[in-house]
Amino acid sequence: MNTQNHSKDSHHSLITINGVTRVYGQGSAAMYALRGVDFSIHTGEFVAVMGPSGSGKSTCMNILGCLDTPTDGEYLLEGVNVGKLSRDQRALLRRNYLGFVFQGFNLLNRTSALENVELPLIYRGTPIAERRIRAKEALASVGLEGWEAHTPGELSGGQQQRVAIARAIVTHPRVLLADEPTGNLDTARSREIMELLTSFNRERNITIIMVTHEAEMAAYAGRRIHFIDGVIDNGQDTERKNA
Amino acid sequence: MIWETFLLAEREIRRNVLRSSLTILGIVIGVAAVITMVTLGGGATAQVAADISSLGSNMLQVRPGQGFHGPGGTRSAAPRFKVDDAEAIDRNVSGLAAVAPMSSGTAQAIYGNENWSTSVTGSTDAFLQVRNWSLAEGRGFTGGEIRAGKNVCILGATVRTELFGGQDPVNASIRLQKLSFQVIGVLDSKGQSSFGHDQDDFVLIPLRTFQRRIAGNTDVSSIYVSAKDGVSTEKVKADIETLMRERRRISVGDDDDFNVRDMKEIMVALTSSTRVLTALLAAVAAVSLLVGGIGIMNIMLVSVTERTREIGTRLAIGALEREVLQQFLVEAVVLSCFGGIIGIILGLGAAAVGADMLRVPFLFNLKIVVIAFLFSAAVGVVFGYFPARKAARLDPIEALRHE
Repeated sequence: MNTQNHSKDSHHSLITINGVTRVYGQGSAAMYALRGVDFSIHTGEFVAVMGPSGSGKSTCMNILGCLDTPTDGEYLLEGVNVGKLSRDQRALLRRNYLGFVFQGFNLLNRTSALENVELPLIYRGTPIAERRIRAKEALASVGLEGWEAHTPGELSGGQQQRVAIARAIVTHPRVLLADEPTGNLDTARSREIMELLTSFNRERNITIIMVTHEAEMAAYAGRRIHFIDGVIDNGQDTERKNA
Repeated sequence: MIWETFLLAEREIRRNVLRSSLTILGIVIGVAAVITMVTLGGGATAQVAADISSLGSNMLQVRPGQGFHGPGGTRSAAPRFKVDDAEAIDRNVSGLAAVAPMSSGTAQAIYGNENWSTSVTGSTDAFLQVRNWSLAEGRGFTGGEIRAGKNVCILGATVRTELFGGQDPVNASIRLQKLSFQVIGVLDSKGQSSFGHDQDDFVLIPLRTFQRRIAGNTDVSSIYVSAKDGVSTEKVKADIETLMRERRRISVGDDDDFNVRDMKEIMVALTSSTRVLTALLAAVAAVSLLVGGIGIMNIMLVSVTERTREIGTRLAIGALEREVLQQFLVEAVVLSCFGGIIGIILGLGAAAVGADMLRVPFLFNLKIVVIAFLFSAAVGVVFGYFPARKAARLDPIEALRHE
């Protein structure tokens, strides 16, 4: 094992995944979701994670999002070995470095767009006045100026996903993890969301890792990682041609 | 952060007003029941104390027999008192204001067409003084009437109403046990005693008249003694006991065959029994508080299940276990405290109405209000903890996937 090389890697990689496996269950009932995965992601990249269902891409996203830990191998986020951290320590990592966008938006019902965007700042202990200003700015940056008081029920799917993106970027995260962000949207809305993500990636240098199964959406990313049967399919691992 | 959590809880509660009100209903009823019971019980205790002191607070009662057998209950085996005993007490015990020997029985009182079954008490003028009783009309007995055993009587307020209605009874003649008695006075009303016995339902006649004409003996069933103000009733009691042991020739070591009751002791005994009853009722009411707590736990568990995705989102965003626990715990406590406040208001209202209906004083008891409030808060903590912990320990991945 050339761990030395990998740890040297981590100095210029934001994310390093070394021989990560994830096993559910034990003994004969053991189910391998990931069977030894290696890759790294640099700051400012836009990576699309693809693969059929059951290929391990969701498991990988959960590990990248510090929601799950590898059974074996290591995941370094800015040189920190996430697998060794406690549940609360990982929560603090998520709070301070990560932003999440989900397929189902996951906004709080009957809660205004502004309050939804403020939520991560509440957990960070940001004072209320500053919180208001930053949440308004974030909503403006996703084109929802004037919609602050609307609740998710009063917003279209596209608008709800914009609120969710505003919530994810309001903390200026290092990494934005998007799990099928366009899965519940029509093509026109999906394109708008992808344009928005691309602009945050380029203008704010936010690293984006996005799970998608739509080739059109994956095409917005600079790099695509294909999963199949718990490993990365290197044959399809392609660099963006017009990068 | 705690203020944020509080606001969040408040918003969460307002978001589902109907459910929140149903959730706290148990607490509301429990707290209201406890407050009502304790407040009414306190009023009843005060009422009993007031009733007994209206009997005459420095009063002692000397009866034959051992122990206190309640109103009218004496032990027949013990020798009865005679008028001499009362006179001896009056002579030999210092610090007395009055001594009233008395005997009583039942009789039919008849005036014209009116007929009323009542009790007849034979005593002296001192009876009114000892019992703290004053005349509403007419006069008391003269010394001559008492010595001679004249057929004169003083009516209790109930007997007066039953026999005479609106007419003036003074100087009228009524019949008791086929004998004619002249009414010379009417007593003030004392109303019902705490035993539920009408204190005004009796006719007072001279003791000698009672012994000769009604009882047909020379017994005295009990002796009322009242101490002067500032004289210790304990000392008077001890002196009477010594005197009576001598007079009744009880040897050292033998038990008394009479008893001296201090009204203060009776008051203590009765008020403590009302207190015990109050505590029992409050305990039963407190059970509904417990049931209320289970109601809160039930709804909080439902709420945790319903909000699984929300909890998942919060955890993904970076909420710590502790913060999620705190959120749900604060919500439960805010709910239960709110229920407690409403319960206190309802309970005090019900106690005020109940006090009016039962004719006991309404005594605001700050202590029980504070206790009830703290208890409802504690119910929130205890029964909110389990659902809150369940929420805090959710796996964010599972929670986010929850439909």
